[in-house]
Amino acid sequence: MSLDTRLCVERSTFTLDTSLAAASGEVVAVLGPNGAGKTTALHALAGLAPLSGGHVRVAGRLWEGEGTHLPPQARSTGLVAAEHLLFPHLSARDNVAFGPRSRGTSRAAARRRADDELDRLGIGDLADRRPSALSHGQAQRVALARALATDPELLLLDEPLSALDPVSRPAVRATLAHRLRAFTGVTVLVTHDPLDALTLADRLVFVEGGRVVQEGTPQEVVARPRDRYVADVVGLNLYAGEATDGEVVQTPAGPVVTAGHEHRGPSWAAFSPAAVALYLSRPEGSPRNTWPVTVAAVELAGQTARVRCTGDLDVTAEVTATSVASLRLQPGLQAWATVKASEVRAYPA
Amino acid sequence: MTRLRARAASRLRGGVVATLLLATAVTGGCTTESRLTAGGAPQRTSTVTVLAAASLTDPLTSLARQYERAHDGVTVALSFGSSTTLAQQVAEGAPADVVAFAGTPALDQLPKDATDQGGRATIARNTMEIATPPDNPGGVRSLADLARPDLDVVLCASTVPCGKAADMVLSRAGITPHVVSREVDVKATLAKVRLGEADAAVVYHSDVVSAGDTVKGVVIPTAQNTTLDYPLVWLNTKPDTTGFAELVRGTEGRAALTRAGFLAP
Amino acid sequence: MTDAAEPMAAEPVAAGRIRAAGGTRLGLLAPAGLAVALVALPLLALLLRADWGHVLDHLADPAVLPAIRLSLLTTTTTVVLAVVLGTPLAWLLARAQGRAAAWFRALLTVPLVLPPVVGGVALLMAWGRRGVVGGPLYEAFGVRVPFTPVAVVLAELFVAMPFYVIAVEGAMRSVDPRFEHVAATLGASPWRSFSRVALPLAVPGMAAGAALAWARALGEFGATITFAGNFAGRTQTAPLAVYVALERDPQAAVSLSLAMLVVSIVVLALLRGRWVR
Repeated sequence: MSLDTRLCVERSTFTLDTSLAAASGEVVAVLGPNGAGKTTALHALAGLAPLSGGHVRVAGRLWEGEGTHLPPQARSTGLVAAEHLLFPHLSARDNVAFGPRSRGTSRAAARRRADDELDRLGIGDLADRRPSALSHGQAQRVALARALATDPELLLLDEPLSALDPVSRPAVRATLAHRLRAFTGVTVLVTHDPLDALTLADRLVFVEGGRVVQEGTPQEVVARPRDRYVADVVGLNLYAGEATDGEVVQTPAGPVVTAGHEHRGPSWAAFSPAAVALYLSRPEGSPRNTWPVTVAAVELAGQTARVRCTGDLDVTAEVTATSVASLRLQPGLQAWATVKASEVRAYPA
Repeated sequence: MTRLRARAASRLRGGVVATLLLATAVTGGCTTESRLTAGGAPQRTSTVTVLAAASLTDPLTSLARQYERAHDGVTVALSFGSSTTLAQQVAEGAPADVVAFAGTPALDQLPKDATDQGGRATIARNTMEIATPPDNPGGVRSLADLARPDLDVVLCASTVPCGKAADMVLSRAGITPHVVSREVDVKATLAKVRLGEADAAVVYHSDVVSAGDTVKGVVIPTAQNTTLDYPLVWLNTKPDTTGFAELVRGTEGRAALTRAGFLAP
Repeated sequence: MTDAAEPMAAEPVAAGRIRAAGGTRLGLLAPAGLAVALVALPLLALLLRADWGHVLDHLADPAVLPAIRLSLLTTTTTVVLAVVLGTPLAWLLARAQGRAAAWFRALLTVPLVLPPVVGGVALLMAWGRRGVVGGPLYEAFGVRVPFTPVAVVLAELFVAMPFYVIAVEGAMRSVDPRFEHVAATLGASPWRSFSRVALPLAVPGMAAGAALAWARALGEFGATITFAGNFAGRTQTAPLAVYVALERDPQAAVSLSLAMLVVSIVVLALLRGRWVR
């Protein structure tokens, strides 16, 4: 393991206690709601926030713990935040060369390295520009180049794409994905955008209230979320309950009929929003999973809409924009939500 | 320049405090303070504004207090500075009832008609004297010692009477002292000696007397010395103006001035 | 609302707004105009009352040139020292937290509110021949600080340094600390992070602070005359020369004041173009 850490940080509202481990070249995405302690975790790894307990070990070297505390400049990290934080008085090249220069590289070598790094990210022609003459997307690439120019063992990305506009975000995301494939250190990516996490990360770690609530590969997590927040992120309806027989999970709000399962005892039941159908009156020959709900919010995205409904069971439905219009879906509307049993998966909790 | 109520001025004496006040007198603006009277009976309330040469600070302060004691409801507002500055202020229209200068040249700077309403009289004379710190670190014994280059000497600025007088005394004796500073008035000059920053200063005899044992005086023989007349000018005939002028000119005034080291006119 | 109704409705609203703005503007203009007059009038009067025919004669007075030269020399030295010593202090204060920093900041503001003459007395107590530091200095090496150009610089530093530090601290405080975080992760030592990142970002603030400090030092009178005395060519700075000239020849004082006015405006104008806005 190249990164091996347990981070304990006392905060006024919560205590961060998170263990992370990753192999060289791996990208770990840390996801969680705002205030979950993600940025605190990154700062603790960089040495910018002191740990109250735990340890940080990178590439076999102890950075923190057992009485050791390496200051940020003695660690081999690169940090990219949501804002590019490029030094405004330096050109793009000098920004990128700043790290190598700080670590003792000669001026000429540092500049060569900076030019290489900028070229790899496709912005070699912008080397002489000041940050104020760069677009957001360009500046964020320069920031990435700057973080990588010191060949850090640990690359820390703190919501690196969140401040970008929707047009440049996919392009920068693609650049980042491409560059990270060639990166040999460990990358820790903090984000709340599931798309970033799913496209960039080898492993996802969900943090809530300072604690890890679930971790696994993107495939595992998407298939079997074990937490409401995780389910929200990957866009699944998720309910905790008890598998009493082979086809029902008993939840506090009533039974959910599943496609059939082997296990008994504590269980999750999950289904996709696309599997949910909405009706204004109780449908004929009712499917077995039918719940009266109230529409709470409608978010239109292109040709589809996500409709969040509350009731005994909170359900998110994904319907076509056409049905939003024909059913006149709007908050406060009473409706019926149905899901075919064949669409419901159950797995042990 | 700050006007000090006579009482306040007399209370605040001694080394540093006096320096502070006197030095502020150089930079500040003018304010006239009105005085609240204590008694309930109907009283005459008036203010006599007196501008006087810095060397007159002590005797005029005590005389003002005396006058206020004798005349309930009357405030004598005092302001001390270099005679040149004061004369200019009067010429620029500063309110004043009585002015007293060190030396007569300042009289020329007063408006021509200044004494038309009132009058003028010489109230005292003064001579020059060398002042040194009490321990006399420079070992000054005579005027001739001031020629020594190792002595730090302070004088009044050549634009004010005490500076002119000092220059005259020194040039007549053919002495060029090592002057480190030309202070804006005589009290500031003396303060540098009192603080031990200078080895000697040429100031008025009266200043050496009023400084008490905070300085040591070295007498300049009459043959080498010069004498300044102190004219008192009253600019109007308001009862308290003439009243205060008479007090200064009278026996009590003479006594106060003599106590302060001035010579009789 | 229909498309046609919009411009119709907009017109009376806009007119009302202009009327209201007119009233507000008048209410603001009167005090603002008075404020300008209070500052501009004395400066204008200086120009009006100047004896233009003799300005050059007055400036040719042997006391004038040395006074202006001394003022420029001492204020420049003061600003250089304030920048060299005050910048690190401003930086430490800007990044410091807690009680000690608050106390230091309060201590630094004292000279801002202290009457300069009091500052002069305090300087005498410290650097005088019998002062806390000046005494031993005089005993051991025979070095006398008062009545020297060094004393002038000390007096100017005493009053001007706080201006500089307070101004620069504000500028440095507004430098985003995340720049330093990034610099640290890139391997920069605290010194490198200060000198290569924070300092360049604070340069405009430093220039403004230096201009302020210079102006304050140039106008310094009370502490100088109290502590450094008044001797032409050695400790008589331009403001002291103006004061002394006022007793001898008020017109000469006006001419000298004009010269100072010109020097101040030229220096501030030079700075303005580059950094001070």
